[in-house]
Amino acid sequence: MKSPIGEVIRGFMSLVTGMGVTIRQFFKPNVTVQYPHASLKMTGRYRGHIELVRDPATGLSLCIACKSCEKACPSDCIAVEGVKRDGEKRKSATDFKVDFTKCSLCGSCVEVCPTDALKFSRNYNLAGTSREAYYLDLLKRLQTENK
Amino acid sequence: MNISEPIRLLLFLAGIMAFVGFNAAYLVWVERKGAARFQRRPGPTEVGFAGLLQPIADALKLLSKQVIVPPTSDAILFRLAPVLVMSPALMCLAVIPFGETLVARNINIGLVMVFAFGSINVMAIMLGGWASRNKYAVISAARVVSQDVAYEIPMLLVVITLLMVTGTMDLNQIVRQQAGWFWHWNLFKLTANPLMPVTFVIFYICMLAETNRAPFDMAEAESELVAGAFTEYAGMGFGVFFMAEYANIVVGCSVATVLFLGGWQSPIGVWSGPWWFLLKMYFLVFSVIWIRWTFPRTQFYGLLNLSWKILIPVSLFTLVLSSIMLKLF
Amino acid sequence: MSIPSFIPHEKMSDETFVLNLGPQHPATHGVLRVKLTMDGEYIARAEPVPGYIHRMHEKMGENRTYAQFLPNTSRIDYLSAMHYTHAFVGAVERAARITVPPRAEYVRVITSELNRISSHLVWFGAFLLDLGGFTPLLYAFDDREKILDLLEGITGSRLTYCYYRFGGLYNDVDADFLKGTRDFTAYMRPRLDMYRALVTDNIILRKRLESIGPISAEMCRKYGATGPVIRGSGVAYDVRRIEPYSVYPEFQFDIPVYPEGDCMARYLVRMEEIVQSLRIIDQALDQLPEGPVMAEKVPRVIKLPPGDYCYAVEAARGRFAVRIVSDNKDIPYRVKLRAPSFSNLSLYEEASQGMMLPDALALMGSLDLVIPDIDR
Ligand code: SF4
Ligand code: SF4
Repeated sequence: MKSPIGEVIRGFMSLVTGMGVTIRQFFKPNVTVQYPHASLKMTGRYRGHIELVRDPATGLSLCIACKSCEKACPSDCIAVEGVKRDGEKRKSATDFKVDFTKCSLCGSCVEVCPTDALKFSRNYNLAGTSREAYYLDLLKRLQTENK
Repeated sequence: MNISEPIRLLLFLAGIMAFVGFNAAYLVWVERKGAARFQRRPGPTEVGFAGLLQPIADALKLLSKQVIVPPTSDAILFRLAPVLVMSPALMCLAVIPFGETLVARNINIGLVMVFAFGSINVMAIMLGGWASRNKYAVISAARVVSQDVAYEIPMLLVVITLLMVTGTMDLNQIVRQQAGWFWHWNLFKLTANPLMPVTFVIFYICMLAETNRAPFDMAEAESELVAGAFTEYAGMGFGVFFMAEYANIVVGCSVATVLFLGGWQSPIGVWSGPWWFLLKMYFLVFSVIWIRWTFPRTQFYGLLNLSWKILIPVSLFTLVLSSIMLKLF
Repeated sequence: MSIPSFIPHEKMSDETFVLNLGPQHPATHGVLRVKLTMDGEYIARAEPVPGYIHRMHEKMGENRTYAQFLPNTSRIDYLSAMHYTHAFVGAVERAARITVPPRAEYVRVITSELNRISSHLVWFGAFLLDLGGFTPLLYAFDDREKILDLLEGITGSRLTYCYYRFGGLYNDVDADFLKGTRDFTAYMRPRLDMYRALVTDNIILRKRLESIGPISAEMCRKYGATGPVIRGSGVAYDVRRIEPYSVYPEFQFDIPVYPEGDCMARYLVRMEEIVQSLRIIDQALDQLPEGPVMAEKVPRVIKLPPGDYCYAVEAARGRFAVRIVSDNKDIPYRVKLRAPSFSNLSLYEEASQGMMLPDALALMGSLDLVIPDIDR
């Protein structure tokens, strides 16, 4: 049987210890990053929305419109169309749309692609004001980046 | 002192109102900054330098919001509660001596007046909770009353202990008795009562409980009762309750400073003045914030048990001890 | 006479009222609704009403391929995504008889245990928030941030990792991760001492948790409660020991058990588990073999032989099991997910009987419920 007075004093001391802990933290530097003024660097493997890879030789997409990614995607967010142009051995994509509202960033499409035509972007500023802002036209993005 | 008494009084009352308003607004800022420092983040930074205009921006936002009076509530009481909760703070500060002559109205039963008005704020919270006719608010109102009854007793017992030592209820007189080095403060008057620091701790705990501050914030208890008695308040109605909390903290800390920490007396014997009062008072306010951001909330019955089983017996003991000491020496 | 913390059912008055706790309430951390019948501040009956964010994960599993269902698993309990993915890939690997290379298994253990620590840290913070202490939450999130950074470095995501693959891992860990993890285990131990000083030893916390919300081992068995809940009731039930999986048998670690069965016991179990997880991580880092992280012959389209397969893991909240019934198609016939939070919630009605509202919320916090895990 502990003495009640001792217990009160011990309890009080535990409170003082707790306050000691917080006051020590009080004088330590901040651990947060003030986002719009400063931002963190994304890691190399960061998964943003998917993006087409540029073929360094031609400057165009590597995609052969095989539609594997379309089939692999669990959320049905990829729509690829392609044609076989004259004088080319393979098809090339004419239309590559991603509905990012449904994407779960799982990476199935990136993994399944036979020509490694897809990658994750480093884009993390993914806030938007409308649904339409997330219907991405990847071919267009590739072209605009060209300029 | 050649201004006539009524004008002086008016000036002082205006000053006190400004003081309370300023404190209520800026202690919110201090609390947010302080909490941020304890949690190692910067706190408000965007509005004005170091977020200094944040309280004003918040107040403007709250003012521009609609004050919703729930249709089932008791509309008159519902509107009355925020007014009632703010007024005692103003009344109490009128008798607090900020400095030797810096006191709105020095009456010889100042202490009684402080405690008389101090209790109104609890009634206001109860009214607010009751009038809202919200289940969470009613639970909170019931809690506030039982908490207040439980903590008023040890607080008054402690104050009686102190009164035996001082022999006066005139607050300025009490401060004057504590002149000189800091061991003349009532806190360290061990010759009068060796348990003086304990009485101070009890007083401080009771003050926390009376102002509904963490860890005794039963009335608000946001993780249990959503916002307790203030659940139904919107716009500035909520804002007033929020500011009253800080106004009451200022009052509580002022009383503690006057009673135990020598008021405007300097701890080193020279340069006494209002600055010492403010310094001590804000230090106490800071400790209140410090406590809030350190501890979890107490359990409701734990809180009552603390009062009835520990604080009241101990304060009774100090009371008896004081009277014995008074008789012996 | 002090105020009782508990009133038995027989002593309740008839004048009760109904209090809706949730679906939006600060203490339910999500959209759980509890219909409380209250006698004053005492609970006469607490009836959990789940289902507000039911997403039909099981049904989704039945109309997509195994690979397509994989990302779903990390969304069931978003706080222990690694464990859930582990259970699903484990079940498929067991059925398809895929042997996972040892390096992948070790990395799975490391990442799972990191995930367990981060999950417990979130619980720690949220639980303290339920009890009205705000600051520990931010300290815990500071530590958790370090884990998330580590995991983001190798998986690319911060919460829903989707890192394991049938037969191995999405990609190999790098030197940065290994070094960062070592640094983290060294950093975390002193932080735990700080938590002890700030929280565990705090008299207010002890008064709020000790002998509050007792759950007997009997009750745990009756409702199928697992994880820290049953270990806080004195039963050393841990899937890592009882049905060993992956490479857990290679490591030395204790199963923390506290017999009291109160909220404090569950609290201590979880805090102790963080220490044990750090121990496992250290051992796994020491023994980490070289080699591939992906099994060689994994078919592109996975078809499981007909049969009934089950794989259980010890997730942060208890036993998570995946049961797959296959009829030789590339889409499973049935996917059953046994979620620990659901069973842990089931005992709430019985356990919270007669408690005071704040205590009942402490009890709910100590069960560590994740609402998407309940609703699936
Ligand atoms: S990351 Fe997953 S969900 Fe997103 S587009 Fe690729 S396959 Fe579809
Ligand atoms: S899998 Fe690759 S190549 Fe095939 S359509 Fe998709 S992006 Fe193009």
